[in-house]
Amino acid sequence: MCLGIPGKILSIYEDHGTKMAKIDFGGVSQEACIEVIPDAKPGDWTIVHAGFALNKLSEEEAQETLDILREMSELAEAEDLKHNDG
Amino acid sequence: MTDKGTPEFLSGYRDAKLVHGVIKDIKAQVTQSWTLMEICGGQTHAIMQYGLDQLLPEEIELVHGPGCPVCVTALELIDQALWIARQPDVIFTSFGDMLRVPGSEEDLFSVRAAGGDVRVVYSPLNAVKIAQENLDKEVVFFAIGFETTAPVNAMAVIQAEKLGLTNFSILPANVLVPPAMHAILSSPGNRIQGFLAAGHVCAVMGYWEYPPIAEQYQTPIVVTGFEPLDLVNGILQTVNLLEERRFEVQNAYSRAVTYEGNQCAQNLIKQVFQLVDRNWRGIGTIPASGLGLRETYQKFDATKRFEIGQIKTSESEICIAGQILQGLKKPSECPAFGTLCTPQNPLGAPMVSSEGACAAYYRYGRKNE
Repeated sequence: MCLGIPGKILSIYEDHGTKMAKIDFGGVSQEACIEVIPDAKPGDWTIVHAGFALNKLSEEEAQETLDILREMSELAEAEDLKHNDG
Repeated sequence: MTDKGTPEFLSGYRDAKLVHGVIKDIKAQVTQSWTLMEICGGQTHAIMQYGLDQLLPEEIELVHGPGCPVCVTALELIDQALWIARQPDVIFTSFGDMLRVPGSEEDLFSVRAAGGDVRVVYSPLNAVKIAQENLDKEVVFFAIGFETTAPVNAMAVIQAEKLGLTNFSILPANVLVPPAMHAILSSPGNRIQGFLAAGHVCAVMGYWEYPPIAEQYQTPIVVTGFEPLDLVNGILQTVNLLEERRFEVQNAYSRAVTYEGNQCAQNLIKQVFQLVDRNWRGIGTIPASGLGLRETYQKFDATKRFEIGQIKTSESEICIAGQILQGLKKPSECPAFGTLCTPQNPLGAPMVSSEGACAAYYRYGRKNE
């Protein structure tokens, strides 16, 4: 139920006064209501649940977390190698 | 979903090497047994699907929370839905998961088989569209879900009002996560020492509601996403907090969640809904744990539009869904699991839903644990 799918906003339009967007989900494009992310622009990422954008998705935050985890994983590996050698 | 067309900053969260790296770190940090609960049923399914429960060190036990809306929707609400769906000139709309959830006597599928107009919609906004196209019918949407679904349910009501629709209503059934956390943590049999908070609930609500809970019950809470790397990272952060005896709230899903959450979405919820006491199936009534329509929007309340009257509910005597939803028992401990109760013939809602713990155990073969 709380499934949220990340998608990239392609274009923004209005339908009966409601803010809507065409959103690309890995090659499939679908409409969603973007009423609660009023500052969203084409090219922004968002999380969509039941045809409704919940929040914007930060590319920078995503990359930063990945970089930290990658660094941690490399450190653990280096530590392993050291143990195996010694 | 495939990774085709997914940029690296997202597909990286399914990188098996990184997942194993974090698991290694969990193993290095853990010095004693810890029991964690993932609240959201979507996370339960992801944990089973990727086999994360089997990669974790044996000190870490994951128990599965009540975050499955169709599982906790009260039997009397389901019986009310069935009553409405049976009426002539009604189009009853719902998320697909709800159709096979057993009521006292039948489910929405059997109402449909008997000629009722029951339709699955992807979004409540589609139900509004159906109302626009069928002005001679009453269109009712079964508004279940947690805080994730509350904004779109609110939006459907606002849209119906904007369009001047008098043939659209909702059966309000939204529930809230923080009151359920209080209920679990204050129950005498509680075993939970740390929580993985549901990432998409927090995308809407933020996590400003959690620090008092973490402090009151001395239970760390980590906001966690849904990809395998998100889940093990959430577990790692919870284990670190527990090992250091720090009863704090951390955010392991910062790409979608901020402390304040989406204010605009919270305002939308507040505009349409107010707090009400709600009965949770298998758990009981939790004060101020649900969303009912505000006075100004009560004309969209299906329970006011239809004269449903008293319905006598009767629950399965064998099903232990309540204990499973509170993390007191595992699905495989139920005598009916996989025999009397299967996804094809469910006795309880957790065996039906794509988020139910019993369905996850059945589907991913955790039968003998």
